[in-house]
Amino acid sequence: MTKREQRRLEKRQQIIEEKGIICLDNVTAQYPGTDTTALDQVSLRINKGEFVFIVGNSGSGKSTLIKLLLKEITPVEGDIYVGGYELNRLSHRKISFFRRTIGVVFQEFRLLKERTVYDNVAFAQRIIETPVYEIKRNVPEILAMVGLPGKYKASAKDLAGGEQQRVAIARALVNKPSILLADEPTGNLDPQNTREIMKLLEEINELGTTVVVVTHNNQIVDEMRKRVIQLNFGSISSDEEGGYYTYED
Amino acid sequence: MKIRTLSYLIKQGFANIFRNRWYSLASVATISACLFLFGLFYAVVANFQSIVMKAEEGVSVTVFFHNEYDKCEEHTEEQLTTQDQAKELQSRIEARNEVSEVNFITEDEAWEVFAKEYYGENYADGFLDNPLVGEYSYEIFLSDVDAQSALVDWLYSIPQVRKVNYSELTATTLSGANLLIAYVSMGIIAVLLAVSVFLIHSTIAMGISARSVEIMLMKYLGATDFFARFPFVVEGVVIGLIGTIIPLVGIYSLYNYALSYVVERFTMLSNFLNFLTVEEVFHFLVPVSFLVGMGIGFLGSISSARKHLRV
Ligand SMILES: Nc1ncnc2c1ncn2[C@@H]1O[C@H](COP(=O)(O)OP(=O)(O)OP(=O)(O)O)[C@@H](O)[C@H]1O
Ligand SMILES: [Mg+2]
Repeated sequence: MTKREQRRLEKRQQIIEEKGIICLDNVTAQYPGTDTTALDQVSLRINKGEFVFIVGNSGSGKSTLIKLLLKEITPVEGDIYVGGYELNRLSHRKISFFRRTIGVVFQEFRLLKERTVYDNVAFAQRIIETPVYEIKRNVPEILAMVGLPGKYKASAKDLAGGEQQRVAIARALVNKPSILLADEPTGNLDPQNTREIMKLLEEINELGTTVVVVTHNNQIVDEMRKRVIQLNFGSISSDEEGGYYTYED
Repeated sequence: MKIRTLSYLIKQGFANIFRNRWYSLASVATISACLFLFGLFYAVVANFQSIVMKAEEGVSVTVFFHNEYDKCEEHTEEQLTTQDQAKELQSRIEARNEVSEVNFITEDEAWEVFAKEYYGENYADGFLDNPLVGEYSYEIFLSDVDAQSALVDWLYSIPQVRKVNYSELTATTLSGANLLIAYVSMGIIAVLLAVSVFLIHSTIAMGISARSVEIMLMKYLGATDFFARFPFVVEGVVIGLIGTIIPLVGIYSLYNYALSYVVERFTMLSNFLNFLTVEEVFHFLVPVSFLVGMGIGFLGSISSARKHLRV
């Protein structure tokens, strides 16, 4: 590591300590060509190592929040800090390096269906130019951790839904991100698999990764007693430690 | 960029061709079709051009001189030439740019040719003297038929010149044909190129949208623009390469077949029409096809990748 990289790392550490690993400061988001504000002056802080549920009705802005955190979209107003990066000041060239510090999981798994489980996970490591001998060591290790030991020769499309989501989680984790973002990771799974995947996310969190999970599953939220941030029409309507999913109709 | 990443990306480019074999096939077919048309068209045009050029080489201007034996016309003293004096003009004519060859035809040679044509082998019977005495001439071949009229004007400006024989019609027809071929071929080639770049661009765009999941993942996993785009460029160039080889092989065998067919069936025709050999045609066609084929593949994929693959 060069001196310059060292300094940047230190600066990021400092921002994380000051503002938390995720920080939104008065953030307003709007999709181009629409006049509804998807998020309306939202401020929020998530500290390193937290496990947070984001809940809320359909259209309340949960996915928009996730997209903002990935700098997939930019806010019309307000500052966002993720993992010590100030997103408004991140150049296009640096976005890819910023994204390497975040793992993402989606409802629809998004696996490369024709390829093997191994290739799906190794794909993430290839992108960050990990040497092949390290990939060969890391991939089985992470697959064992998500509960899929010995499955790596199987084609992704031949796996059950719960197994596919485990592969997606392994892929998100193999590059050792400091934050894991999950947008309705159990939306396509039965209650049994939902419980197991949530358990897995909790274990990952216990190993030190900050985890943010968007979900509609009130039962799980009520069971797990984590911090719950509820969105309502683009604003935070409640934010409670050890909270419940409150119903609004 | 590490070497192992580069080799991985090149392998990915090749793998993508097989993974998306229908798109690859469509792209190869597009480029092949365009280059096949281009090749056929070039072969025909090149032959036309060579025939026109052969015809041009045969275009000649004949110059006659004033001489004392000619009783039909008035001559001034200074205009009269002897054969030897006329010969001295040769270097002046040869020095002109548009002239490729100059032959001096003596009065005896002229009579020999003329008499043979009219009286057969025994022409000499009954003529003791050459009736064409004084009819020595120059036969001038042109390297550029466009310049014929300028040459004729210049020749008439020489006082000793009595008459210049030439065909205006042949010269203008040939140079017109030349120009027409050039314009039409440029136009058709431009259209073919534009069509194939457009087609390859959209084929690659289709390939990219078919792989939208993979590309989206690259984005989320932090791939650089180069990492995401390079395999597509490899893919485009390789597809261009394959799309070049196929029509070249096709045209090679088709051309050979057509040539032997024409030569066999129309022996007469091929005697005075000079067709190009397949080697002569391919001498130009091969490098240009490869350049164009790979260029189309490269441009098509890079433009598509730049448009759709900003990570
Ligand atoms: N790509 C888009 N273009 C325009 N408007 C959008 C787009 N995506 C979302 N929106 C709008 O932004 C608002 C918030 O949407 P968002 O996707 O964040 O909701 P959500 O909480 O994730 O809902 P769900 O639970 O259905 O996933 C909604 O009004 C939605 O219509
Ligand atoms: Mg959503």
